[in-house]
Amino acid sequence: MAKKQSSAPAPAKAQASNAASADVALKKELLHSMLLQRRFEEKCAEAYALGKIGGFCHLYIGQEAVATGVMSVLRPDDYVVTAYRDHGHALARGMSPRSIMAELFGRATGCAGGKGGSMHLFDKETNFLGGHGIVGGHIPLATGVGFAIKYRGGDQVCVCFFGEAAVNIGAFHEALNMASLWGLPVVYIIENNGYGMGTAIERAMAQRDVRKHGDSYAMDADSIYGQDVFAVREGIAKAVERARTEKRPTLIEIRTTRFMGHSMSDAASGTYRKKEELDEAMKYDPVVMLRDNMMKANELTEEEFAKMEEEIKAIVQDSWDFADASPEPAPEELYTHVLVDTTSDDLELANAGNTLEAVKA
Amino acid sequence: MAVMTYRDALNQALREEMSRDESVFLMGEEVAQYNGAYKVSRGLLDEFGPKRVVDTPIAELGFAGIGVGAAMVGLRPIVEFMTWNFALLALDQVVNAAAKMLYMSNGQFKMPIVFRGPNGAALQLAAQHSQAWESWLSHIPGLKVVAPGTPADAKGLLKAAIRDDNPVIVLEGEMLYNTKGEVDEDPNLVIPIGKADLKREGEHCSIITYGKMVLVALQAADTLKKEGINVDVVDLRSTRPMDVEAIAKSVQKTNRAVVVEEGWEIAGIGAQIVDFIQRECFDDLDAPVVRVHQADVPMPYAKNLEKLAKPDAAKTIAAVKKVMYIE
Repeated sequence: MAKKQSSAPAPAKAQASNAASADVALKKELLHSMLLQRRFEEKCAEAYALGKIGGFCHLYIGQEAVATGVMSVLRPDDYVVTAYRDHGHALARGMSPRSIMAELFGRATGCAGGKGGSMHLFDKETNFLGGHGIVGGHIPLATGVGFAIKYRGGDQVCVCFFGEAAVNIGAFHEALNMASLWGLPVVYIIENNGYGMGTAIERAMAQRDVRKHGDSYAMDADSIYGQDVFAVREGIAKAVERARTEKRPTLIEIRTTRFMGHSMSDAASGTYRKKEELDEAMKYDPVVMLRDNMMKANELTEEEFAKMEEEIKAIVQDSWDFADASPEPAPEELYTHVLVDTTSDDLELANAGNTLEAVKA
Repeated sequence: MAVMTYRDALNQALREEMSRDESVFLMGEEVAQYNGAYKVSRGLLDEFGPKRVVDTPIAELGFAGIGVGAAMVGLRPIVEFMTWNFALLALDQVVNAAAKMLYMSNGQFKMPIVFRGPNGAALQLAAQHSQAWESWLSHIPGLKVVAPGTPADAKGLLKAAIRDDNPVIVLEGEMLYNTKGEVDEDPNLVIPIGKADLKREGEHCSIITYGKMVLVALQAADTLKKEGINVDVVDLRSTRPMDVEAIAKSVQKTNRAVVVEEGWEIAGIGAQIVDFIQRECFDDLDAPVVRVHQADVPMPYAKNLEKLAKPDAAKTIAAVKKVMYIE
């Protein structure tokens, strides 16, 4: 490991070699997914400055290759559980940009009706199970989804994203132990961006080679360079396959960099992170690297890229316009969905079909 | 009707609901091979197998969260805490995950999960193992909390909890497990959550209580009866939602109330009940409401000190006499 583990070290020729096998159409899709996250979140920053988005807002800029790489190897019936830096994951999973932006604006048309906000994006359609705000608290949840998959004899996989700082929390260790003990189909993804809020990993973690925690729980583990979407795809595909066919969990560290502050309330650099460190890391911009490599390989023209930019700009603007024009939640929504007014008796009576069946593979 | 222990009533509820619905499973420490730390799950491993009766490591936070995740995708987990004292480690999952999932997701993800186990003090288990948590848990919107005091209520309420599509907390009692009572064996019978039960009827005073303190209240009622004092014993059975209509009806009849709870005084369930009474029954009251509760100290070990700390029938009788201005 380099002396500073916080910024993702550059791989030796990783891009060129890994990229070779992927076809051009796929590459364009991946670039589109990453660029959409980037432009969408740039717009989020603008909206936040204008007060259209409130509360906490954690941007994912710089880490897009992780979300895109992971989601690109999942099936629609797989499950995703993540933490509060979730806009990129939601977009890459295929959730509607309109419903996400409307949620951020606190509108009735948002993916959680305006009740969740930035940190709590949910979408049953895409099996996107949140959006959780307590560091590490969602790791047992993802493990429970894996438990349910195995209980029903399904072959889906649950992926769980969290930051490296969550490794210091007890929930991580309890969950990994049971996942390995019981053979659950879960892929635990540590997005290691080197900072738990403003605390560098060196100041918070004794064992900074986080994949070694896999050894503690007899779990396969890997470490992947996260600024290269193909490296992410390759590593995650192996883990997903292991989960799907062998019912074995995997712990994967993905080394990446967040180009922004922890949230909208802190600067990208200058306090806890040196400007030089960030400048160096930003040379490895996942979106720029993929674009440049595709152009060098004659897989993407300037015109095509400009067209992609235009198209994404339109999608993002449309999501803004949609959110801005959407109504706030009605006052009576304050009291809805605190509890459900049903029991399993009602479900049987209505012959609605047990949810058990509904999510069966 | 059959006479059975509170423990067996719970066991029967688990067995019936697991037979009825294959998405119901039980997980927790020692629930399977050991047959349950308090034998509530006796025989279930043999009947349903290790897939549905799951022994966990000692990791409350982890397995509570696993239950929550499984419930999100449609299973109906019953998470047993060996005692609610240990569940403090899992409260993040109960409060931040289970209770809020439906609301945060705007109704997309239901949470049909039960968290159950013994609550409150047993005998000489000292400070860390002798705590009643109902006021903490009842504070949380998105949860239901039941505290059955009799075998019949234990069975009916646990069945209702398992069938409910919301997270339900079931507060049992170590000292209740061996108590006996008549239980309806009809497997379709459930007791609705949020409905109180008038366990004794009288005109002089209302004793409002729930859970383990129901037996204390009944004991007090029997003694008082011999002195010519007849009390209502209103067993709330659920502390969230709370059957405030039953409270009002009783207090409006007797014009006097004593609230008995196992936990501490400050911010206790009793405070909530008294708040309701002063707002809704102010003109009905002939005396200030008196509360009976645990002394405001961590539970001591020594037998004599523990007895001093706990609410009991004698303290309840004294409270009734106080509100009746009997010296």
